[in-house]
Parts: sequence; C-alpha cells; structure tokens
Amino acid sequence: MTRFERLRLDGVTRQFAGVDALSELSLEIQRGEFIALLGPSGCGKSTALNCLAGLLPLTAGSIWRDDVRLDTLPPERRGFGMVFQNYALFPHMSVQKNVSFGLQMHGVTRAETRRRTTDAIRLVHLEEHATKLPGQLSGGQQQRVAIARAVVIEPSLVLMDEPLSNLDAKLRLEMRTEIRRLHQSLGLTTVYVTHDQEEALSLSDRLVVLRDGRVQQIGTPEEVHTRPANRHVADFMGYRNLLPGRASSGASLLLEPSGVRVKGTPVGSVNDGDPVVAAIRPEDIRLDGDREATVDVVEYQGREFTVEARTDDGLMLHLRTGTRLSVGDKVRVGFPPDRLLLFPAEAS
Amino acid sequence: MTATTVAIRHRLAERGVDRQMLLLVPATVFVVALFVYPFAYGIAVSLQPAEGGLLAAYQAFFADAYQRDTIGTTLAIALPAALLNVVASVPIAYRMRGRFRGKRLLTTILVVPITLGTVLTAEGLLNFLGPAGWFNRFLVTTGLTDAPVRLTNNYWGVFFSLVITGFPFAFLLVLSYLSGIDPSLERAAATLGAGWRQRFFRITLPLLAPGLATTFCLTFVLAFSVFPSAILVGDPSGSTRVISIAAYEAAYVRYDYAGASAAAIIMGAVELVVIAIVLGLRGLLYTGSTAGGKG
Ligand SMILES: Nc1ncnc2c1ncn2[C@@H]1O[C@H](COP(=O)(O)OP(=O)(O)OP(=O)(O)O)[C@@H](O)[C@H]1O
Ligand SMILES: [Mg+2]
Repeated sequence: MTRFERLRLDGVTRQFAGVDALSELSLEIQRGEFIALLGPSGCGKSTALNCLAGLLPLTAGSIWRDDVRLDTLPPERRGFGMVFQNYALFPHMSVQKNVSFGLQMHGVTRAETRRRTTDAIRLVHLEEHATKLPGQLSGGQQQRVAIARAVVIEPSLVLMDEPLSNLDAKLRLEMRTEIRRLHQSLGLTTVYVTHDQEEALSLSDRLVVLRDGRVQQIGTPEEVHTRPANRHVADFMGYRNLLPGRASSGASLLLEPSGVRVKGTPVGSVNDGDPVVAAIRPEDIRLDGDREATVDVVEYQGREFTVEARTDDGLMLHLRTGTRLSVGDKVRVGFPPDRLLLFPAEAS
Repeated sequence: MTATTVAIRHRLAERGVDRQMLLLVPATVFVVALFVYPFAYGIAVSLQPAEGGLLAAYQAFFADAYQRDTIGTTLAIALPAALLNVVASVPIAYRMRGRFRGKRLLTTILVVPITLGTVLTAEGLLNFLGPAGWFNRFLVTTGLTDAPVRLTNNYWGVFFSLVITGFPFAFLLVLSYLSGIDPSLERAAATLGAGWRQRFFRITLPLLAPGLATTFCLTFVLAFSVFPSAILVGDPSGSTRVISIAAYEAAYVRYDYAGASAAAIIMGAVELVVIAIVLGLRGLLYTGSTAGGKG
C-alpha cells in the first residue's frame, strides 16, 4: 500500500444546496499520527471524513498525498481504510470473507490472503467467530470485524467515523484502548471522528475541533484542554461555568449582573469595556475562596460530587469536590486567575 | 380463572398462539371463500367428466398432442418474457437507485404501461409493429428491408405484449428491493478497492438475488396466464396457442367443463412447479437482513 510522509488538506470545502457543511479545512497529517476530529452533532465531521475517503466530491479545495493530488481519484484508488459509523459489514459474507474482501480486491495471492486474514482476525480476538455471519455477532464483535476489515489491507490512512458510538460504556473503554493499541502496533495513520471529548483527548496526538463546518482549533490534547481557542471550544471541552461580564483594566473582569471584580487570563484580544465570557471548569473552582455560595444540587459521581451552588449575588456555579456536601450547605468559592479564561463574547 | 387454563394459555403463547391470532380470521375467511373454494370446486369438476373414469379429463388432455403442447407453448412464451423483464429491470433500477432530479418523472414513464391494460397495449403494438405499422413503414422506406418484418400475430407479438405489461411490475419490485440495500455497503466495498463491477457482482447482486427470484415468480405467473394478447397480437391457433386458450375452448366451444377444469388445474400445477423450483433455488441464497450493521 502506498506509504506517505504527509497528507495535506488544502481549503477542503463541501456544500450541500449552497450551504457550507465543511468550509476551508486545511490540515497536514504526518505519517503515524492519530488525529481526532471533534465537534458537536452536525458540525461536518462525517462530511470531512467522506471527503477524505472520496465518498463525497469536494466543492472546493484539494487533498494531497505527498505530491499526488488525491481528491480527483475515486475511493477505490485512494488506498484508505474506513470504519463506518454503522460498520457496513457485508451481511451475506462470513467474518472471514468480510475481512479478506479487500485483499482479494487488491489482487493479493490466495495463500497470502489466507495468512493475513487469519492474522487480522486474531488481532481483534475473533478466532472463534470467523465463520459466523455479521448478523450472528454482537455490536462490539461487529465493530471489531469492521476494524479488522479496514486495517487488513494495510491502508496508508485509516478513517474511523464514530466507531464506538453504538457500544455500551464498558465496551467503549475497552475498544478505545484496543484502537490505540492497533494504531501503535500496526504503525497506522488514523483520522478518528467523535463527538466525545474524553475519547478524543485520550486517543489522539492532535485534535481538530469543528463547529458549524469551521475549524475552531487544532492542537495537542493538552493545548485544547487547557487553552481552548474560543468560548465555543471551551464550552465543548468541559468548561461548564460560562460567566458573562465586561473586561476592565486588562486581566480582570466585572461579572454581570453583580459587578463583582475577578481576575482571569485573557485569551485572544480583550479590550477594556468589551463584553467577555469567563470560562472555568467545575474542578478548577477552589473551595477555600472568599465568596460565599449556597449548595443547590448534589450529584454523586463515584469518587466525587458534582455540585450546583448559587452565590449570594446570584451566580450559578458548577463545582466538583471530594467532600460530601448537602443541599443548603454554605461553601466559600474562589477562582484561580490562571484557570479562569476570558474570551471575547462575540467571537465565533 | 383456574390454574390449568392459565397453564394452557402459557403453553399456547409459547407456540405463538394467542388472542391476536383472531385478527387473522377475516383474511383467512376471505382467502378460503375466494381462492380455496373455487380451486377445490375446480378440482371436483375436473374429476367428474361426462364419460370415463375419475381421471379421464386429464388423460384426454395429455393424450391429445394439440392440448398437451399448449404447456410447452405457454412456457416458451412466459419463461423468456419473465426472465427478460427481471434482467432488464436490474440495470435500470440500479442506475435509478439513488436520488436525482427527474427520478419521479422517469419512474412514472416506466410504470405507465401498467395502467394501459392488455387490450390497449395490443392495439398499440398492432399500430406500431404491425405489417402496416410505423416501424415496418420506416424499415421499408429507408430500404433496410424489402418486405415488412412480421412482428405481430405470431410469437413475437405476444412476447412484446408481455414485456410491455410485465416490465413495470418487475421494475417497481426490483427498485424497492434495491432501495432496501444499505448504500454504505457499496461505499465500504469501494474503500476496500472494489470497482463498480466488483461492487455490483460481489455485494449488490447477491443481496438482490432473493428479491429477483420473487420478482421472477410474480412476472412469470402474470405471463403464464396470458390470454387476451395471445389472441389479439398472437397466432391463437398455432404458435401462441397457450394453455388458457385450450381451457377457454374446452369450456365455451366444446362445453366440456371437466376438460376445461382439468386444463386450468394443470395450468396451476405447472405454475406451482416452476415457482417451487425458483423458490427452492432462492432458498440456497443468503436471504437475511440487507443492512450493514447496527445503527
Ligand atoms: N446529503 C446531505 N444533504 C444535505 N445536507 C447534508 C447532507 N449530508 C450532511 N448534510 C448537512 O451537513 C452538515 C454536516 O453533516 P455531517 O454529517 O458532516 O455532521 P456530523 O458532524 O458528522 O454530525 P454527527 O455527529 O451527528 O454524525 C449537517 O448540517 C447536515 O445537515
Ligand atoms: Mg457523522
């Protein structure tokens, strides 16, 4: 299979009926990278993946594998493997036949096909099920067949469209590890679509956050996690507390409606008097601060409690704490300035 | 309610018998009254010939080559016509399975012949393909042939008529079977390196085949009972003397009701044999779900 050093997407755009489903996606993927495409439902993740796979023609832009232009090639000539969101296993073929299909299409010899099929089935632990039809497998097993079928042809790029979205929580975690293990042991280059930020953070080397078809941020999991580029990314990355206010004297803001002054870290250009949004994660709010709040709701989360509290001046806050609180308790909250991010309010 | 009746109800429910089965009663009565009763009546009549033993009407049918050969004649028309209808529907429906502008119009044009009825179709065929029809006039005027080509009042007239009336049924059925096949299967095959030919023959056709068998049976049954077109655009005393004509003549020319019923029963039996063979072959195919997985 054609190896490459880098895959380049250059202003990839796709419209449906004149409306951009994906606009101007530019991205360079190095060999061996694990890229996650992350974003809420309808943001254009599948569109991006289908454009890469050649299942959707581009409206504008181009895709390059090293110096070869790819976006004019049909899917069967791109040499990418794809795991479909609904698996798309061939229902009339056994697991074995599903997996060997791609090898046969690539004209691999019979002996080699048999060997590689067996290896791939062993890799996803489905030896006992090799002769079953997809309809006789559980969801998790079907998903593993879909992965084996995509990677057995040793594609230069593997595309996965929310492959775990149909699985239960436990199996999701197991398969997540499995996918990362396969990526490393087979030396794959992977583009992985998900709307689950935790999945994206734990799997990927780099994250592409999309919203309404536009790239919001490209960065390592740490960068996106700790320094979201704008309030929408912050919202999506688990900054549950989004507090409206107005910037005043550089790095502080006056919270609305109370007018209380707090210190934060501006992201992007924030001028005095601008409307801003202050974002902070529940786990970053300190409980030894100087502002009094009353506990409204307590949810047990295993090791921690998620707490909803209201300050005296009417701010609603989401907190996390290891100590047991009950409704009506008083807590003293504080915002560490380096964890309270100030975003321009209007920026999209 | 006593414990035993509860136990009985449980046992029945386990075998799929419960009160909702009562909903099937009207349909069952309908089928018995309109199908089983006339069929049984027909058998009874065929076994009571005016003279001879129980099976005399059947013996007479098979002893007389003029009657017996109608089976072969009918099969020779109906089997190729049904086959052509199915085979021609597949590529057209395959091209039309996606969404595109004008699909509804094109479907309507392809399906309109259903509404024409056999007699109108026959009249059209005579006008178009008859010895003085447009087609032959075109051939003669352009000098492609010296004399008109004979395309009506023979085997071909009936064949064309069956294709015109049977194709829309086959097309609609095949189109609906095709749209039941998950389009992501072909896309998955494409990402695995399969060109369109391989995608069609390795993925779509195997999943479509059971539907094609069913479609074939239906169009075959339609074609096998051909009667009006065999007379109007065929050669009803020779090459298109089909079995329904034999039954008609027995009943209304010779007033031999036993013979007519025997011909009708034989007709049904031949159809059943063909359908049994086709469905038997269909049973060898994969007939499960055509979806690609969960979701
Ligand atoms: N065939 C189509 N025709 C018209 N609009 C489409 C089509 N496919 C997608 N869209 C639109 O493009 C946008 C992006 O769709 P896409 O399927 O890429 O979303 P997604 O990010 O994969 O969402 P999800 O997480 O729900 O799968 C959506 O607004 C959708 O309505
Ligand atoms: Mg999607």
